[in-house]
Amino acid sequence: MTTTSEQTATDVDRSIGNYLLAHLREYGLLLALIAIMAFFQIATNGTLLKPVNVTNLLLQNSYIVIMALGMLIVIVAGHIDLSVGSVMGFVGALAAVMIVEFDQSTGVTFVICIAAGALIGAAQGYWVAYWGIPSFIVTLAGMLVFRGASLWLLEGQSLGPFPREFQMIANGFVPDIFPAGLGETIASLLGERRVNMLALLTGVVAASLVLWLELKKRAQNRAYGMDSEPPAFFWARVGIISFALVFILFKLSTFRGLPNVLLTMGVLTILYAFFTERTVTGRRIYALGGNIKAAKLSGVKTARLTFLAFVNMGVLAAIAGMVFAARLNSATPKAGFALELDVIAAVFIGGASMSGGVGKIVGAVVGAFLMGVLNNGMSILGIGIDYQQMIKGLVLLAAVIFDVYNKSKQA
Amino acid sequence: MPALLEMRGITKEFPGVKALDQVDLSVDSGDILALVGENGAGKSTLMKVLSGVYPAGTYDGEIHYDGALAQFSGISDSEARGIIIIHQELALVPLLSIAENIFLGNERATGGVINWRETEARTADLLDKVGLSEAPRTLIDKLGVGKQQLVEIAKALSKEVRLLILDEPTAALSESDSQALLDLMLELKAQGVTQIIISHKLNEVRRVADKITVIRDGTTVSTMDAVTEEITEDRIVRDMVGRDMAARYPARDRRAGSEIMRVRNWNVFHPVHADRQVIRDVNLTVRAGEVVGIAGLMGAGRTELAMSLFGRSWGQGISGQVELHGHVANVSTVSSAIAAGLAYVTEDRKELGLVLDEPIQRNISLANLEGISRGQILQDAEETRVAEEYRAALNIRTPGVFQRVVNLSGGNQQKVVLSKWLFAEPDVLILDEPTRGIDVGAKFEIYGIINDLSAQGKGVLMISSEMPELLGMCDRIYVMNEGAFVGELTAEEASQEAIMSLIVTD
Repeated sequence: MTTTSEQTATDVDRSIGNYLLAHLREYGLLLALIAIMAFFQIATNGTLLKPVNVTNLLLQNSYIVIMALGMLIVIVAGHIDLSVGSVMGFVGALAAVMIVEFDQSTGVTFVICIAAGALIGAAQGYWVAYWGIPSFIVTLAGMLVFRGASLWLLEGQSLGPFPREFQMIANGFVPDIFPAGLGETIASLLGERRVNMLALLTGVVAASLVLWLELKKRAQNRAYGMDSEPPAFFWARVGIISFALVFILFKLSTFRGLPNVLLTMGVLTILYAFFTERTVTGRRIYALGGNIKAAKLSGVKTARLTFLAFVNMGVLAAIAGMVFAARLNSATPKAGFALELDVIAAVFIGGASMSGGVGKIVGAVVGAFLMGVLNNGMSILGIGIDYQQMIKGLVLLAAVIFDVYNKSKQA
Repeated sequence: MPALLEMRGITKEFPGVKALDQVDLSVDSGDILALVGENGAGKSTLMKVLSGVYPAGTYDGEIHYDGALAQFSGISDSEARGIIIIHQELALVPLLSIAENIFLGNERATGGVINWRETEARTADLLDKVGLSEAPRTLIDKLGVGKQQLVEIAKALSKEVRLLILDEPTAALSESDSQALLDLMLELKAQGVTQIIISHKLNEVRRVADKITVIRDGTTVSTMDAVTEEITEDRIVRDMVGRDMAARYPARDRRAGSEIMRVRNWNVFHPVHADRQVIRDVNLTVRAGEVVGIAGLMGAGRTELAMSLFGRSWGQGISGQVELHGHVANVSTVSSAIAAGLAYVTEDRKELGLVLDEPIQRNISLANLEGISRGQILQDAEETRVAEEYRAALNIRTPGVFQRVVNLSGGNQQKVVLSKWLFAEPDVLILDEPTRGIDVGAKFEIYGIINDLSAQGKGVLMISSEMPELLGMCDRIYVMNEGAFVGELTAEEASQEAIMSLIVTD
């Protein structure tokens, strides 16, 4: 046993360097987001973080974030889904037809649209999972089919407007449940015109939750003396995340409060992060993507899981489709065009691996916002769409090169 | 006849292992030399040294070829001198034609444009020489293994071969295809092509060889002249296996309990070629606390048997019955096989056993995630605790269970795979080459783990290509050849000679 303890001792000596090397990707992503935000905040003379712009930023990127959750799972499972932009457009069109032409209620429309998304995901996942047809091909076909299907549904025209109730999915805000007097008192204390207490408290609660969970995880790692993050890193990271949560929600609270979409996005993100990291099924998806043969020989039902990953992707694309249509207040045949590329880019920027088995929900969400801030910042600065595309392309390439380089250094 | 090839005092070391130790080998011009030895004796390594896969300078000793000292820097170098190896796994591109395969990398072309007329005319000549009546444009995947083997030989002939080396050429061939191939070898000999055949099949060796060289544990044991001496299979077998069994196996209290597993009339067909039966009417039993071995040569169907039993992970058209504790068990999928109490430790831990990029603890829990969950929710602390427990129990040498398994040595990786299956709490473990590619120290530890399992009353079915290992560990050994069990030996009856003679006389 002496060799073991010697190894552990030398390991501790190198731990800070190793730790940084092993987690460079995660810190890098966070630092990149902060750096980009700081840059645009200065370059736009503070416009970027104005409450109205923060609200916009969240709304503009909500459907990408929602789909990135599903795409992360598909990519971790070792596949890809190119059809999500088209499926999203198709479901938006379906919603518009049901509501505007057939006068269905928002509730019925919502349920049918989700079911349609699930069915589309199942139809594509079936061929991938049970017939072994490459997902690239199947979903490329799906991309064409559903782009055509939305054109057909809408007969080439935009269809709208939606009733207020449906628009609320994207443009509504959660009403402040706290007495108005409390908000006004706080507002005057902070020197703001108004403060939405629900939004502000959500930020505080979220920040506390992050702090509590991180401390718990740290204690657990400590108990086994493994892989513990140096204290300075820990506090810096947790501090930045907590501060950012409170800061963003404070900004929102001085505008119109908590957008419905942010609530949806937040709840979905937490659910999917929990699902991927803490449940048996989530774990099996990582194993399947990491080594499908070994997973299969360990009793993982690989075909079924692959199938379900696509069904889930379809459902999330349907939700995104409704959010998108509600936000524009109409369904257009072009809705979601080329959006699959933004979604896939977000997942890869967030650290997922093309070969499967690696990637985190939080990474994908941060990746989506990183792209979102770039888009938004460049638009405010009046940079043309031509340069925007080029810059986004290079950012994606840089992120993946960084990944590959980092991995080769570790090995 | 002068020697075409003479290898003198070849020594090749890998980190921690001496694969070849002062090997001498010589082939006379126009002769056929048979190179025989057990799996892992060093035959393939020797041929890799000869062909330049291990270039000059990475080994000690001298190669004299065609009267001069040869120092090959790579395969293309040795091929240019007329030394061509046909490997056991054929290296043909299935979706290209015979002609395209024969001239792959050696295209008949002017200025990059292929001359198809010449290519096909020359192919037709070559096919004629090897006695294969197929059109040059036929795709390789339309041919059976026997014919593919002939295409490989035609390819070798297209390169002005002087020394042709055939590595287990008949391993995958039927009896009549084997005979045809041996005839072709004799015909090539008549045309003056010097050949080396690596084979386990001693009757074939005796039929074609002029000389037989036996290698064992990386050294040359003997060279016999088949023309002048009377050579019996017994004599070859004795030289192949004749080593004393040192105390390399920890002692075990051998006490078999009641029967826990019985397989009846197990038949399996090839997953692609539905008419090829790979496992024939296998019947076996395993008792509690018993370590049962399955001996056989490569390609005998041992892994295929194990994987087909374990949730039908291999093959199709499977028939037969598996009983566990006297009841018919459902082993139709991997998860039901695990639930029924089976575990299978694969021979290929990197490809089939581990998720290499994931940490140790996640690999250990993979086959029994329910065991570390409450409801469907994983308990991280419990997972770490379990992993730590196995790390200590099996002495997995690692700074921590958060290490990715890709960073571990072979022996420690194998312990992680074993931990995974121990945590799944099986009644019967099928161990497929459990000590392949790991060092002697780790081997000993793994034997200790196997003994512990038997002491706990579990049944162990162990497949190994290392016969001493089977003899040292097993209470009973089934001998397998060409998909069927050809004999069963108790520990007292078993010897390497007994096993080998069951195989070669089958």
